[in-house]
Formats: sequence, structure tokens, C-alpha cells
Amino acid sequence: MSSSAIAPARADASASERDIHVQFRDVNHVYPARAGHEAVHALGPIDLALQRGEFLSIIGPSGCGKTTLLEVLAGLVTPTSGAVEIDGRAVQGAVPDGVGVVFQEDASFPWLTVADNIAFSLKRAGMEKAEIATRVDYAIGLMGLTRFRKAYPSQLSGGMRQRVCIARTLVTRPKLILLDEPFGALDQQTRLIMGEELLKLWRETGATVMLITHSLDEAALLADHVAVMSARPGHFIEVIATGWPRDRDSRLASTPEFGALTSRLWALLRDESIKAMGPT
Amino acid sequence: MTRARILQWAIVLGAFGLLEALCRFRIITPFTMIPPSEMVVSLIRIARTQSWFAEDTLYSLRNLMVAVVIAVFGGYLAGLVVHALPRLRACLDPLFSSYYSVPTFILYPLFIVLFGIGPMSLIVMGSVFGVVAMISATLTALDRIPRVLVKVARIEKLGPLRTIALIKLPAAAPHLFTGLKLAVAYCIIGVIAGEFILATAGIGRRLSLSYNNFDNATMYGVLLLILAFAASVNGALNVWERRIHRRWFR
Amino acid sequence: MTARGRMLDYALLGLALYAGWWALATMVGTDALTPPNRTLERAGELLSTASFWRHTRATGTAFAWACLLSLAGGLLIGLAVGLSRLATEVGEPLIGTLYTIPKITLYPVVLLAFGLGLSAKIAFGVLHGIFPVILLTIGAIRNTKQVYLKSARVMKLTRTQTALHVLAPAIVPEIVTGLRIGFSSALLGTLVAELFASEEGLGFILIRAMEANRVTDVMALAFLLFAFAAGVGGVLLAVERRFHHG
Repeated sequence: MSSSAIAPARADASASERDIHVQFRDVNHVYPARAGHEAVHALGPIDLALQRGEFLSIIGPSGCGKTTLLEVLAGLVTPTSGAVEIDGRAVQGAVPDGVGVVFQEDASFPWLTVADNIAFSLKRAGMEKAEIATRVDYAIGLMGLTRFRKAYPSQLSGGMRQRVCIARTLVTRPKLILLDEPFGALDQQTRLIMGEELLKLWRETGATVMLITHSLDEAALLADHVAVMSARPGHFIEVIATGWPRDRDSRLASTPEFGALTSRLWALLRDESIKAMGPT
Repeated sequence: MTRARILQWAIVLGAFGLLEALCRFRIITPFTMIPPSEMVVSLIRIARTQSWFAEDTLYSLRNLMVAVVIAVFGGYLAGLVVHALPRLRACLDPLFSSYYSVPTFILYPLFIVLFGIGPMSLIVMGSVFGVVAMISATLTALDRIPRVLVKVARIEKLGPLRTIALIKLPAAAPHLFTGLKLAVAYCIIGVIAGEFILATAGIGRRLSLSYNNFDNATMYGVLLLILAFAASVNGALNVWERRIHRRWFR
Repeated sequence: MTARGRMLDYALLGLALYAGWWALATMVGTDALTPPNRTLERAGELLSTASFWRHTRATGTAFAWACLLSLAGGLLIGLAVGLSRLATEVGEPLIGTLYTIPKITLYPVVLLAFGLGLSAKIAFGVLHGIFPVILLTIGAIRNTKQVYLKSARVMKLTRTQTALHVLAPAIVPEIVTGLRIGFSSALLGTLVAELFASEEGLGFILIRAMEANRVTDVMALAFLLFAFAAGVGGVLLAVERRFHHG
């Protein structure tokens, strides 16, 4: 790869610059005091604008409020102060339309087969059976679950269950995809391949993606921008443009530019991680 | 058959064999207990010759079934309500946990006053005794639903009723099953205890009648029937439960 | 929640129960269902009679024995079965069946075997109390994470060290639950035995009052028993919570 690829220069940059999909304005979240616990200022202040079709990854030390940030955007948590907008409409404690979320924990339904798990949202939406079947088949193939379509989650490994959850989210074709360490349970090889599949889907659908991860490599490899968060209360220290081309894949990881980027991310993150581990 | 299965049968048959021998050799006198083989013979004889047998058995069985239905569904609904009100739950927890240390059927005379001598009192007795097991199991089951599944329900924009039907009920099912098993066991105790104390019909009443009449043959025949019935219901529920568990957790 | 808030909630619940009871009594007639104030009054009178305390002592003696035998016996059998994988596989379903059969139907057998008196009550109490203790002890051992035991092996602990420093602390919370349930079940068993098979004890005066249709006495005795059980149940539950969190 040539060094020019590093410069944040997408062909359509100027056109999409104003097409803001997601906007955080001075968002803070404080978990109130409970019996035996003091109030925790978990997050903020967060200011962020995500363009439509952008792929943002977020890294940060443990407990810095990454998950809270994602749940605020998903409408699962109402922030203590500040405003979050999707397409200019405020997210106020209700889940916005067109948002898909993949959680960190295993959220597959143990009482449904793999195929029924993946079809769950589509059936709720009252979609035609034929269309459901097409989409589910496609997702099952994509996630490498063909042999397991009639299996129950308990018969699958943790990584395969997470793939079921990813498929269940992606078949709805969300315009905004939120992923909270979705590949945490996967081994390194599967992670890389799943990352490539995610990139492919992202290119095909033009969705906006926000990926939370604890893997520097994953963050650097997949995203247009990598946001680095501070220790609690989490805010962005820096947002770095990766400058990768849209049709990137995991082979990028062997380039010197990739090494330079991950070194820079680690330099930013190291101090914060030590802070997060130390006495509070 | 696995080694464990063979050993289980060996233990059960051995226990009955030992009991049989102890009775036959008059180490246990027939005034205390008749040999198990004679219990079986007696039960068959009763079933064939006594007109009360089918009547009393069906009477108890019908009351029991109604009581179980009320206890299980009522307990589940009450559990949902109490789970939604944590302050109420904090107050009720000690009551629930000590409920089964007191024979609730001492309140049976009260039910007779309220509902008369008849099936209604026995049904209420059984369900009152069984319902708390179901409430407790529902609370535990709801506690154990992974929170991420409730988040998924919110992302899917399911309303409260659909969240219960599509997420909370199936997710809680394995633990609810434990409640179902206990509720059935306690309903049996409640109905039979009621029949011991005061009833116009029923298999429990027949048991206490034959005890009072020193009719050991009838008494042990009936006792065998009740115990075999309870054990088979429990066994069947166990098989069903294990099947669900296997599907859910490995 | 604060302790004061908790007390307020208890007071509100108590008030609601009192009001419901009173309303029900008014509805069905005070002869059929004694209203709460009369019941409490009668309970107070009972507490000041010598015969009540004599019967309480009789119940207490039987219960103490039943409880002791259930807990100690249940723990020993539970440990013996639980520590062998084969014994667990064979024994657990059998003991589970014994736990769920309606033991109340066995009262004539216990009576025929032990006669009226203390031993019948203890036997019936143990019959109720011992199985839950065994089952929860077996369950506690089975649910111990294998990685703890592997760690113990890697640290080259002896069997005794493993039992004392790894297995015991790991299973204590569930054992405490077992003891609580064993305690309640043994109390139930003892009282049931007194109802049907004894000549003294709280269960005995209760069934006498019931047969003579002395409703107020039945209500007062039931109230005292429930209050005692709920009080002890609350204390045991608090102890158990401490174990589960700490």
C-alpha cells in the first residue's frame, strides 16, 4: 500500500461531510448513588458526529464507559445530561428505528433453533415467509452456520452463538449498527474473518457502524476513524482517521502504516489503562 | 442401561426385598406393616372389588388437578406482580421462606366455613399449599433471566405483554419447571391433608378411615397407590425437565 | 434501601394484612373467622398460661431433636454421596423421589411403628427435614467449579487441604441454604406429627381446638406459629444472604 492511502482523503469526502447520521452533544452520564455505592460519573463529556456510512471504532481502558456510550445511542440508557440525535431526531430513552445492536454477552435465545433465532426480528416485523427464508439462508451461509441451522444454541460453541446474534441483527438490515465487543468470544483467526465479513456487509449496505472493541488491531483494521477514550469518566482523547480505502481487508495488517497506527493508538491508550487500573 | 441405572434398580428392589423379608420373618409384625407383596395384592383386590375405589380415586384426582392448575397459573401471575414490586418482595421474602415450616392446613376449618364441606374446600386447600412454591420459583426464574435478553426485547420494541410471552416465559421455563414440580408435590399434600382432617370422600379419607378401623390391608394398599402415584408424577416431570435442561444448557 | 424505609414497608404490609383480615372476618361473620384484635388478645392470654408453655416445651424438645438429626445426618449422608460421582448419579434421583412423595400419608406407618409420643414426632420431623439437606449438599458439591479443584491439584494440596480450604468454603453458601430449608421442613414434620399422632405439643392443642370448633384458639395458635416461623425464617434468611454475598 502506498503512503498516500494514509491521508484521510476519500473521493466523496466533501459531499458526505455534511450528511450527519449520529450526533452526540455534551453527553454525560452519572449512575446515581445506591445503598453502599457512591454516585459514579461513568461517561462524558462526549461530543461526536458520525457521518452516514462511516465506520467508527472505539477503544478505551476497562470501565471507561464504552458500553454506556453505546447503550445511550441505542436508547437503552437515558443520559444524565446532553443530547443524542439520529438523523436530527432526539433519542429519548426509546429505541430508535433502524438500529441494530450486537451485545457483548451471549444474547441468543436458548429455546429457539439457530434459524429461528436469526428469523426472530423478521417474524416480529411481519415480513413475508419467502423473504424471511431468503434472508435467513443468506445470513446462515455468511456466518458459516449451514450445518447448524436446526441446532439449538446450547449445542454451539460460544463463538458460534455470537455469530448467531450477529446474524440476527444483520438480517434486519439496520442503517446504524452498534457492536459491543462482538468478537470477544471468538478466536483470533475467526475474528479476522468475521471482521472481513463485517467490512463486506458494511460496503454492501452502506450502513453506519459503531464498533466497540478491546483489540487495537481490530479497531485499527476495520474503521475509518478510531476514537480513543480516557479512563473514567470516559471522553474522547483523540479521534484518528485511518485513511484506509473502502475495499480493505485483513491483509492490511502486514503494512508498515498499520504498524505505525497501532503504535500510536497504544501510546495514547497505555497511560489511560494504567490510570484505570490504579487506585481510584 | 447404564451402570447407575442398574444400581438404582438394585437398590430399590433390594430395599423392597429387605422389607419383605423383615415382614415375612415377623421382625416387623403385621400389626405394624404387611409385606410389600401383600400391599400389591391388597391394592389389586381393592381396585377390583370395592365400589368406593374408583369413586374416591377420581374425586381426589379431579380436585388435585384443579388445585394444581390454580396454584401454577396463580403462582406464576403473582410471581410476575411481586417481581415488579421490589419493596413488596423484600417484605414478603421471609414469609415465603418460612411458609412451608408451618402446616398451613391448620386453616382448613376456615376454608370449610367459607366454602363448605366438599370439593371446593379441598381444591382451595391444595392450591393454597402449592401456590407459594410456584411464586418463589417464578421469582427465582425471573431473577435468572440474563439481562441482555431483556435488552434485546427493548431493541426489538416488544411491548410488556409480548416481552413476557416471547422472552420472559421461555427464558424462565427451566426454572419455572422446578416450581411446577414442587407445586404439584405440595398440592398433593394439601389435598390429602384436607381429606385426613375432614372430607366426605377421597382417597386420603379412605386411608385415615382404614387406619382408624385397624384395617391394615386396605390402608397399605391405598398408601401404596398414593406413593406410587406421587413418585410416577414426579418421575415423569423429571424426565420432561431433563429434556428441557439438556436443550437449554448443553 | 435504608433500614427505616424497610421498617415502614413492613408496617404498611402489616397494616394491609390486618385490614384484609378484619374485612374478611366482618364479611363471613366473627364466629367463623375471629377478627385480628380478638385473635391477638387470645394469643396474649395463651402466652401467659402455664399449659401453653408446657406444650411449647414438648414441641420444642421434639423439634430440637428432629432438627439436629436432620441437619447432622443430612450433611453426613450428603457429603458421603456427593463426594463420589457414581453415588451421586445413583443416589440423587432416588433421594429426590423420597423428597417429593407426600410424607403426610406415612403418618399411620410412623404411628404404628413408634406409637404415640416423642419418638414418633422426631421420626416424622427427620423424615421431612433430612432429604432437602442431603439434596442441597449433593448439589453444592456437584456445582463446585471444576477449575477450583484443578487449581487445588496444581497447587499440590493434599486431600484434606483441598476439602478444608477449597471445597468447604466453596460449598458453604449452598449448605447454609440447605440448613435453612431443613430447619423449616423439620418444623413442619414435627407439627404434622403432633396434629395426627401425639398427646401433647402445640400441634396437639391445635387439633383439639379444631375438633372442638374453638375458632379463636385455632386462629391464635396459628398466628403464634406463623409469627414464630416467619421470625426465625427472616433471621435465617439474613444469615444466608451474608454467606452468599461474602
